[in-house]
This record gives sequence, structure tokens and C-alpha cells, in this order.
Amino acid sequence: MTGLSISDLAVLRGGVPVLEGISFTLEPGQAVILRGPNGIGKTTLLRTIAGLQPPLAGTVSGAEDRIAYAAHADGIKPTLSVTENLTFWASVFGGQDIAPAIAAFRLEALAQRPAGALSAGQKRRLGLARMLVTGRPIWLFDEPTVSLDREAVGWFADAVRTHLAGGGMALLATHIDLGLDGQVLDLAPFKAVLDHLDDFDEAFL
Amino acid sequence: MIALLLRDIRLAMRAGGGFGLGLAFFLIVCTLVPFAIGPQPDLLARVAPGVLWLGALLACLLSLDRMLALDWEDGSLDLLATAPLPLEAVVLIKALAHWLTTGLPLVLAAPVLGVLLNLPVEGYGWLVLSLAVGTPALSIIGGFGAALTVGLKRGGLLLSLLVLPLYVPTLIFGAELARRGAEAQPTTTPLLMLAGITAGCLALLPLASAAALRVNLR
Repeated sequence: MTGLSISDLAVLRGGVPVLEGISFTLEPGQAVILRGPNGIGKTTLLRTIAGLQPPLAGTVSGAEDRIAYAAHADGIKPTLSVTENLTFWASVFGGQDIAPAIAAFRLEALAQRPAGALSAGQKRRLGLARMLVTGRPIWLFDEPTVSLDREAVGWFADAVRTHLAGGGMALLATHIDLGLDGQVLDLAPFKAVLDHLDDFDEAFL
Repeated sequence: MIALLLRDIRLAMRAGGGFGLGLAFFLIVCTLVPFAIGPQPDLLARVAPGVLWLGALLACLLSLDRMLALDWEDGSLDLLATAPLPLEAVVLIKALAHWLTTGLPLVLAAPVLGVLLNLPVEGYGWLVLSLAVGTPALSIIGGFGAALTVGLKRGGLLLSLLVLPLYVPTLIFGAELARRGAEAQPTTTPLLMLAGITAGCLALLPLASAAALRVNLR
């Protein structure tokens, strides 16, 4: 299995370049943790790698049909039960068993509950459990630990560790120390510089 | 693909899914028109095919903005875009689910409501046929409109304005087919035109809708 390689990537948000010159590789079994202040472009970078938006420059290779993306929104239907939500995503991604995902995030007791009746943290656990049923090797997480309690953060870290041990890869945008041994990539030095602007244009930015 | 179809149908049937919305609207329109027009059986029989078609079209329009907007709001659309399904298939399946939950009930209810409008006996078969052939086009065109306006807050108004002109050919030939059927005139030309519109929409619009979605997801 090959890794994910990003070379000289520049990304746009709302038509404005936010990050440029990003290069890194992700080999099987590795995790990369993205750090950086709010608005630096972590979500934009993840969306670009996931193929949801085109890069301004540079290439993403090894991502095609191998990525599972956990965004800020969990993609949960409130009127479907926990099991129905997971079964749906499992069958969209090719019919994996949902039992390990339910066990990894301790959702057994909630399995028949409509997802609309879950708390924010429980919904997030369901959203993260979805990553396990995709069967994809590269996991992208955008602030995965929001609204999780300390114990659930531990379960999440365990799930990622198991995934990495099985040859998977993970790219996380998070500010919490999950105890994962991965390289930390600080995005601040890659902030795009808005050159070729004179003072007149700058007045309107 | 089947999983997405089943999920959408299940969501529509659950509480708050809006399954009966189009049907109830259709029922209301067809019940109120005789009161508005007055007790003139001849006039009612003359306008019946047009009114039934217009009612069905507006009923379809009513639930279009939910087709993709709900999935966009809760993030499912982003996740579907990264799934192994091509977006063209996603849009097509969404339109099919919309047709099964909105269009098909209208087709089945139309003969019953035809009675209220004094539709001539010869017209019932043609009415059902015209709706069965024409309403899939309404759902697919609606899917295109929904893809164009996904992500806009309160995009429903813009969606209606975009979609209504595209609905005109379907309405013209659909109502014409039902009218000619009711008046026992030759029906081949409008039937072929209507079927051609539906087939053309089915072939081309999923591609356009997927392209619009890709732009809107950025």
C-alpha cells in the first residue's frame, strides 16, 4: 500500500489563497497532526486533500478513492437510529460490518435510539464511528474531539491507533494532545503571502 | 446506490419527512378549483386536464428545496461526494427518491381527483399515462435546480424561479396529452414529445446537476 503525498500545495478559501507551499508525505501507519491558529486554513487544506475543492497549485497524489473525511458536521440523520445511520454509510462504502465501529465508540446502549435524541458528544461519537465502517485507508479529521469527554477522546485515540497499526493513515487537525506518535505540522509558516497588491487594492481587503 | 435510495425513501416516510406534503397540496388544489369556477360541468371538464397537471406540477415544486438542502446542512453531501458513488448517480438517485415519494403518489391520486373536476371518462387513462411519463422529468429538472441552489439560505424562492421556466415544455405537452385524451383526439405527437423531454432530461441533467454540485461544494 502506498502513502499519501502532498507536494507544493496551495489552497484557496473564498477565492483568496490561504496556504501555500505545503509538502509532506504520509506513509502507511503514520499520523500527521495539523496545528495552527483559527482561520489559517486547516479545514480548507483537508477539504482540498479530500478532493472537495481544487487546489490553486501543487498536487495531491494517492488520495483518489482512499479517503474518509470527518468534517465539522457529522452527516447524521436525526430521524434514523444509530444503527440505521451506520448501516447506510457502511453500505455506501461497500458493506463493512458495523459491529466493531459500534463497539469502538461504546454505542451499544444507544444503537436503537434515533440519532436526533443523542447528545452532542454522542452524535460526535457516531460521526467518528462512521470512519471505521468506510474501510478507507486514509482518515482525515477536522477537529474530531469537539464536544467529546475525556473518556471518549481516549476511545477515539485508541481507534486511530488501531487503524494506524493496521497500516492505515490519519491526518488530524486538532489542538488536543491525543497521545498519538505522529509528526506535528504547524501550518503558520505556510500562510499565503498576498503579494502583487498595491496600496490601493489593499485598502479594500 | 440502493442504500441511498432506501435511506431517502425512509427519511421521507418518517416524521417530518414531508411525504404527504405534495399529495395534500394536490388534493387541496383539485378540491378548491370546482368551488372557484362554479357549478358548470362543461367548463370544469374542459379545464380539468390543465388544472390537474398544474396542480401536480406545483405539488412537485413544493418539496424540491428539501431534496439536497437537508443533506448539505448536516454535512452528508460532503461525505457522499467523497464516497465511491459518482455525484451523477447521487443526484439521479435523489431525483428518483423524490419521484417515488412525490410524483408517484400524484400519479395514483390523479384519477380520483379527476372525478371532482368532471374529467370525461375517456381521459382517465391518458391522464395517468401523461403524469406517469411527465412527472419523472419534473423531479429530474427539480434536482438540477436543487443542485444549483444548494448552500443558499432560503434558496427555495430562487429554486422556483429557476425551475419554473424549465417546467414549461413538460407542462405544455403533458396537459396537451391529457386534454387530447379526454377529447378523444389523436395523442401520438404530445405523447412522443413528452416522453422525449423526459428521456432527454434523464440523459443530460444528472451530468449538469453533478457539475453544479461540485462547484457549490467548494
